[in-house]
Amino acid sequence: MAYSEKVIDHYENPRNVGTFKTEQDVSTDEVGMGLVGAPACGDVMRLEIRVKDGLIADARFKTFGCGSAIASSSLATEMIKGMTLDQAAQIKNTHIVEELNLPPVKIHCSVLAEDAIKAAIEDYKKKHAK
Amino acid sequence: MSAKAAPSKIDVSAKRDDDAVKLPIFMDNHSTSAVDLRVVHAMLPFFTQHYGNAASRNHSFGWTAEAAVENARAQVATLLGGDAKEIVWTSGATESNNLAIKGAASFLKKQGNHIITVETEHKSVIDACKRLQREGFEVTYLRPAKDGLVTPEQIVAAMTDKTTVVSIMVANNEIGVIQPIEAIGAAIKARNPKCLFHTDAVQAFGKIPFDVEKAKVDLASITAHKLYGPKGIGALWVRRRPRVRIDPLIDGGGHERGMRSGTLPVPMIVGFGKAAEVARQEMEVEAAGLRSLRDRLHKGITARLTETYVNGSMEHRLPGNLNISFAFVEGESLLMALKDVAVSSGSACTSASLEPSYVLRALGVGDELAHTSIRFGLGRFNTEAEVDYVIELVTRSVERLRTLSPLWEMHQEGIDINSIQWTPH
Repeated sequence: MAYSEKVIDHYENPRNVGTFKTEQDVSTDEVGMGLVGAPACGDVMRLEIRVKDGLIADARFKTFGCGSAIASSSLATEMIKGMTLDQAAQIKNTHIVEELNLPPVKIHCSVLAEDAIKAAIEDYKKKHAK
Repeated sequence: MSAKAAPSKIDVSAKRDDDAVKLPIFMDNHSTSAVDLRVVHAMLPFFTQHYGNAASRNHSFGWTAEAAVENARAQVATLLGGDAKEIVWTSGATESNNLAIKGAASFLKKQGNHIITVETEHKSVIDACKRLQREGFEVTYLRPAKDGLVTPEQIVAAMTDKTTVVSIMVANNEIGVIQPIEAIGAAIKARNPKCLFHTDAVQAFGKIPFDVEKAKVDLASITAHKLYGPKGIGALWVRRRPRVRIDPLIDGGGHERGMRSGTLPVPMIVGFGKAAEVARQEMEVEAAGLRSLRDRLHKGITARLTETYVNGSMEHRLPGNLNISFAFVEGESLLMALKDVAVSSGSACTSASLEPSYVLRALGVGDELAHTSIRFGLGRFNTEAEVDYVIELVTRSVERLRTLSPLWEMHQEGIDINSIQWTPH
């Protein structure tokens, strides 16, 4: 299978890898985390957002999955930075498919990335629901 | 050296300036193999000089072609411990497996309608059996033990008076596990001498000792292209004493004793014969060399990486096979890092079905580990320098991908990934 240049770029130089858990200047209050997928299905994405003044100030991810899954989540962290939670919640998997030129068999990777963004937002909102 | 062309972000070429490692490296010899130059040279005259039809009985072109075909028949049969007259040429292993199973089941349908095979057999065996099921046959698919082995007792216990065909492979194409084929043959024949025993010997043929008489088989499938011969030519060995009869799949001019009509591809047959001859002379030495390369690869990887799991028995395994899971690193993402090394993965992402390897599933390897498996298939032309290059590249790539893996992080923190409520998708 031939990968697009953008997939290869994100796979080889993934953006925003890591976790806020180990970053001392980040308080857990600011963070929302989405963990989606399943090891048995061959892909798991964990996406974290750091929210400041209603904006996603930063993001982190780690992914167990194929190159397209790694690229989708890496791209997702880039896309959502600077967005409001509502804007980020509007991101559709098709944006990721277009940006990365994903073939049909890899569309589920983009769906998972969309789910991860939504799950992280939900998690953040739940923390601040009171 | 061309090794300068770095295979990915991870540059392992710097250390290897003194070794002549030419990229890409082929380590997928269970899928196919390069044609040995000795085989190519044997084939060439049969394209432009001796191009007769082996079935032409009344001119020298035909006689020359026929003599070459008969010579190849003997070369192939000798490596199996059989007789030249027992070789039926086919287009390859898929056809041989189909012909053996469907042909035998169909011919014996008045005696019974039950077939026995194993869950880890090649798709061309499994799917031929599934076709027969749709036509009213009953098929038992035996589950191997965790190490991939089935036992003679297990097979005999599944046999009934209606069992006409048992099909058990010699060595598996994914995990390389070698079945106790001689004990199996003896047990089947002790239970019912009339029950036919077919074996898919494709991966074993010319790689490890295999003898149709010792294994008491009636039908054996083989192919040239896994043995440094050309693609598109295979054979089914069909026992003559006592005579085994099967229905043909292809009707026509009655070639190959009526079991497989069609003009014989003489150059390919000559190539198959030569490949078998070379294998017979070199198998013992080659197997020892491959085993040593394979063990070097295995030790090299496991010395530096933790959480790796060999799939299937290490003891009963083809010398050139290593099937290993790199926990917490998805197989296709690893293949991407190994883009200058041809290997294959049991990961779902490499197949159209989105399901991981059915062979690993049958062994009880969990899906999460099956997704992380890589099959290395070493062959005649691999070198120690290539193995060392691959060890280095695999090790660094797995380490890098683990830093990206949330599962690896959880594992490091002592979190049991089975304790998490996952959302299958």
